[in-house]
Amino acid sequence: MAVGKDIIKAIHEEIRSNLRIMHVCGTHEAAIAKHGIRSVLPKELKIVMGPGCPVCITPAGEIDCAMDLAAEGKIITTYGDLLRVPGSKGSLESADGDIRIVQGIHKAVEIAKNTDKEVVFISVGFETTVPTVAATILQNPPENFSILSCHRVVPPAMQWLLDQGEADLNGFILPGHVCAVMGYDEYEQFPVPQVVAGFEAEDLLLGLYMLIKQINNGEATVENAYPRAVTREGNTKAKALMYDVFTPCDIEWRGFPVIPGSGLELKREFEKYDALKRFNKTIPHIEKRSACICDQLLRGLAEPTDCPLFGTACTPRSPVGPCMVSHEGACKIWHQYHR
Amino acid sequence: MCIAVPAEVIEIRDGNIGLVDFGDLQHEVRLDLVDVKVGEFVLVHVGFAIQRLSREEGLETREIFRQVYEAMGA
Repeated sequence: MAVGKDIIKAIHEEIRSNLRIMHVCGTHEAAIAKHGIRSVLPKELKIVMGPGCPVCITPAGEIDCAMDLAAEGKIITTYGDLLRVPGSKGSLESADGDIRIVQGIHKAVEIAKNTDKEVVFISVGFETTVPTVAATILQNPPENFSILSCHRVVPPAMQWLLDQGEADLNGFILPGHVCAVMGYDEYEQFPVPQVVAGFEAEDLLLGLYMLIKQINNGEATVENAYPRAVTREGNTKAKALMYDVFTPCDIEWRGFPVIPGSGLELKREFEKYDALKRFNKTIPHIEKRSACICDQLLRGLAEPTDCPLFGTACTPRSPVGPCMVSHEGACKIWHQYHR
Repeated sequence: MCIAVPAEVIEIRDGNIGLVDFGDLQHEVRLDLVDVKVGEFVLVHVGFAIQRLSREEGLETREIFRQVYEAMGA
């Protein structure tokens, strides 16, 4: 049975007015583009992207700090996606120093165990990724290992978007793998229709259908279209480890001001692993200086093709903004699938 | 960044290391974040199993759709 076709038909039957739905997950944008989902939806239904790519929302100041650490002779380890993200004076890819791509934090610790040099892991990621870092810190990595915590959590950013009201949203598709870890009870505080969705074409279509139905019924709850991976309480073991090690802090996102409680810093008992404290660094605030509109894109106010630089001055080969860098950045995805 | 891939646990080594099967590839992953047994499925992200996949609640998308659609009274 071609269930995808059935859901598409049901979506067309159910849509009654213009709706703007935001997802807050780069993996969702990648799946939507790869499966051509926008092309099968009714024209009344607009899916906009939010601040869902952890690499894209890492501000230039954090990249600058990582580059400074590299220049000082520390071994820098991180995910490949982060290498080309622009800071104010270039990217890690163009930086002098020993910069290594790792699969995850555990591989960075292995490097530290085999050298006398300082090893710093540039630790980006939402709640999906944070518990992997917490579990590793709890295993007492060697003294020459530390992390630059660039972690952020999703709900405070959603709160900020809802408070601003600028993106004019009717509902949210919630990030399936953030919710696999965290559950979705903390999203029940938001008075807006929300559905947790998975990443296959049918998962996403089902999530959209359930969301439209909820909007039409005048409800505002959190429903789950991805129960094979997501429960209301999430992975309680992973959540507990995360809050054993990290505590919330106020932090700036690229394209956003400082969002209260949206960052995570290591608790006092683990501060020997905090690269900022260990090396006496602070993250500078960097003003944006180009015509790049990544900031508006991350807030659901624009699409990649609205940008004058898209596909001309800014391409995956020579990115100007972070959204053209990451495999989950909207501009890179649109550059690949929409041309 | 939040990509996670399902895999079957086929062996558990040294407590927190598991050998998992992605279908055409077997790989060692860390099991620190989940309590699993051999034969169960996990979601793997950056080298760690981040959640156990539930067989009981893991309804097929089509089954959930059927239920949601019927509940609409269509």
